[in-house]
Amino acid sequence: MAATADAHLAELRERVSAAHRTHQALRLKGSGTKDFYGESLAGEVLELRAHQGIVDYEPSELVITARCGTPLSQIEAALAAHGQFLAFEPPAFGADPSIGGVIAAGLSGPRRVYAGAARDFVLGTRLLTGDGELLRFGGQVMKNVAGFDVSRLLCGSLGILGVITEISLKVLPRPRAEQTLRLELPAAAAVESFNRWSALGLPISGGAWWQGSAWVRLSGAAPAVRSARERIGGEAIDAASAQARWDALRHCQLPLFDRRVIWRLSVPGAAAPLSLPGELLIDWGGALRWYADPAEGADVRAVASAAGGTALCWRGAAPAGRFHPLPPVLARLHRRLKERFDPHGIFNPGRLLAGL
Amino acid sequence: MAESDIAVALRRFLPEDCVLSREEERRPYECDALTVFRQLPGLVVLPRTESQLQQVLLTCSRLKVPVVARGAGTGLSGGSTPHAQGVLLSCARLNRILEIDPHERIARLEPGVPNLRVSEAALAHGLYYAPDPSSQVACSIGGNVAENSGGVHCLKYGLTVHNVLGVRGYTMEGEPLELGGRAPDGPGLDLLALTIGSEGLLMIVTEVTVKLIPRPPCAQLVMASFADVHSAGSAVAAVIAGGIIPAALEMMDRKATAAVEPFAHAGYDLTAAAILLVESDGTPEEVADQVREIEQVLRSAGASTLRVSGSEAERLRWWSGRKNAFPAAGRLSPDYYCMDGTIPRRHVGEVLQAIERMEARYALHCMNVFHAGDGNLHPVILFDANDHDSWERAERFGAEILELCVQLGGTITGEHGVGVEKLNSMCVQFSPAERAAFAAVKEAFDPAGLLNPGKVIPTLARCAEYGRMRVHHGALPHADLPRF
Repeated sequence: MAATADAHLAELRERVSAAHRTHQALRLKGSGTKDFYGESLAGEVLELRAHQGIVDYEPSELVITARCGTPLSQIEAALAAHGQFLAFEPPAFGADPSIGGVIAAGLSGPRRVYAGAARDFVLGTRLLTGDGELLRFGGQVMKNVAGFDVSRLLCGSLGILGVITEISLKVLPRPRAEQTLRLELPAAAAVESFNRWSALGLPISGGAWWQGSAWVRLSGAAPAVRSARERIGGEAIDAASAQARWDALRHCQLPLFDRRVIWRLSVPGAAAPLSLPGELLIDWGGALRWYADPAEGADVRAVASAAGGTALCWRGAAPAGRFHPLPPVLARLHRRLKERFDPHGIFNPGRLLAGL
Repeated sequence: MAESDIAVALRRFLPEDCVLSREEERRPYECDALTVFRQLPGLVVLPRTESQLQQVLLTCSRLKVPVVARGAGTGLSGGSTPHAQGVLLSCARLNRILEIDPHERIARLEPGVPNLRVSEAALAHGLYYAPDPSSQVACSIGGNVAENSGGVHCLKYGLTVHNVLGVRGYTMEGEPLELGGRAPDGPGLDLLALTIGSEGLLMIVTEVTVKLIPRPPCAQLVMASFADVHSAGSAVAAVIAGGIIPAALEMMDRKATAAVEPFAHAGYDLTAAAILLVESDGTPEEVADQVREIEQVLRSAGASTLRVSGSEAERLRWWSGRKNAFPAAGRLSPDYYCMDGTIPRRHVGEVLQAIERMEARYALHCMNVFHAGDGNLHPVILFDANDHDSWERAERFGAEILELCVQLGGTITGEHGVGVEKLNSMCVQFSPAERAAFAAVKEAFDPAGLLNPGKVIPTLARCAEYGRMRVHHGALPHADLPRF
């Protein structure tokens, strides 16, 4: 397996070096499940799926290291066998994504604001740069402040700085107990409650609202979950239905995600209801707000900005790019970083930022 | 004496007491808490407002004067060692808590606010700021951002990078910059993560938004003794493998307990080769359950004695020994040198034994306290700074420990930073291409290279020189001794 992986890696280096010499744009592809995500797809496809396999997993170290093409399902199964999991609950869209794609996209599921984001769990990476160099940043240890934290920079970079060939992630033990509750609440009251319960120290690991119901997930030690359940009240949902519900939310499989136009707004967790007509779904205890089919002409970006957040056009025709525009000073920093890591602009051109 | 151009330019807009140019005024800024590295700064500037700070940067940028930012000066790697011709920019006067929002559970802070003051201010709301470096009484939040500081509770609650939501500040060119914020996961590259722990090389931070979390209503400490360091190391792995994430998991070896006990009177078992301190926090029921589990795991891992804190006073007393480990080192020896390597937990026993062999080789004592749960070692090498040979041996001893950490898949610094202290060790951990990538990041933010120059990223020449030196030391003075 290791010999095959070395061969794959050598092949990748060769492909990348050749592209670097000829200034050939490359479109990095794991499973291709997130082709819809980002500004634009361009370049010759560079398949990364074959570079796969778990390199190291020692449960007592709380760290797993895997090659970029490793299917997420394989990683989750290996962790589950030892009662551990990826606490950021990466979403999967349709087929099985690769771990490289998961980290390059940097998306996180319902536990995002409670357990942490994808980047919070990234401990180390290996990066194949334009000139064919294989660099190692971070490592397999929990604490590491040697040099800049390039590994976390790569999380969510959509491959524009190079090919992430290997990733080390912090993993956590699965919570001992879990209980989901459903309460009939208006959206504003739900967000207020999610914040209040969190401030009280209740062990919340999910706070979502949709179609008049608030869904609260409690995770932790059995006594803490029990007492929080009594305190919050509402209807206790059985484990199987609760799992199905959170999975559907995590993987964007609720009916709302079938709609024609979908916006994803990230706002401060206690932000008041936004004046946006359209179907609303709230996640992350209030910090993530999905809007389906907002009224024609609604200026979603302006509404998000006014609330102190940003808006991402998840589906549908995007006015002036999918991602919320960056302030000029940040865009300039992006350009300078890109120029230095990828001087010929061969990696995923235009995927994260138009013209980059 | 005529004032320098930069002093004249800064005095044009800064009040008299914001610019320190006389030698006796500059002297207190010549080092951080790693006092072996000293350099008198060209000028010390203490702005009172954000706009003054921006003006300072614009002026220095125009006159091409290097700028070194400084928080409370508690750093342990010489990260804020001044530049002889540069401006030492102290953020100490930017020390207001701008906002605490108990409902959203965030605080907005100026960089000079001491770490502990955040938690004190949030106490009324039942909240606190989790990262707790041992210098938390003094160290500033801006310094914490620069160093990505940790503490004894990071295993469960994370480092600075996990607890800071956003920063505002300026580039060296004086341009305002806002990274992250109250809304999670904004567009573009995660420059916030890149900036945290960048040791003042990328930007100057003028405002930090942090996450506050509820104070756990209850905490209990388990203290376990082990007859050898290997079984103590295995016990650490067993706790984690058992699915337990304690609030803190610390280890002290016999030399460390013996050093602190006479004056901390913590009640440590001085016959044990190593002790573990394992803390559980949460609701009383949660803590009771977890403590039972911890006791079980430690007992099966071979703990010779086990005690559980029976009161808050007892818990704090047991902690007092651990927290006074460094001052205790100061009682044993004129000077001490604290290392900060991190290793995969499974190698703990092996590293402690290797350090013991190095003690004999360098003829210096070393006591070990460390964040065992994170695999973050703090070997404390005792030496005498007045004896130059003693310091040289201490420095080489430290470098060898760090090389061992890298060999075992770890890192040269877990939480103290590279600064100037670990520039040579950076040559060991990173390849020339990797160091070039760090330099590229630096250039992207600070093309003129004026912000904290000479720190973190060693030059090619320095690494070449260090490579030769290591061969020299390996080949000549200790050729007959086993390396590990």
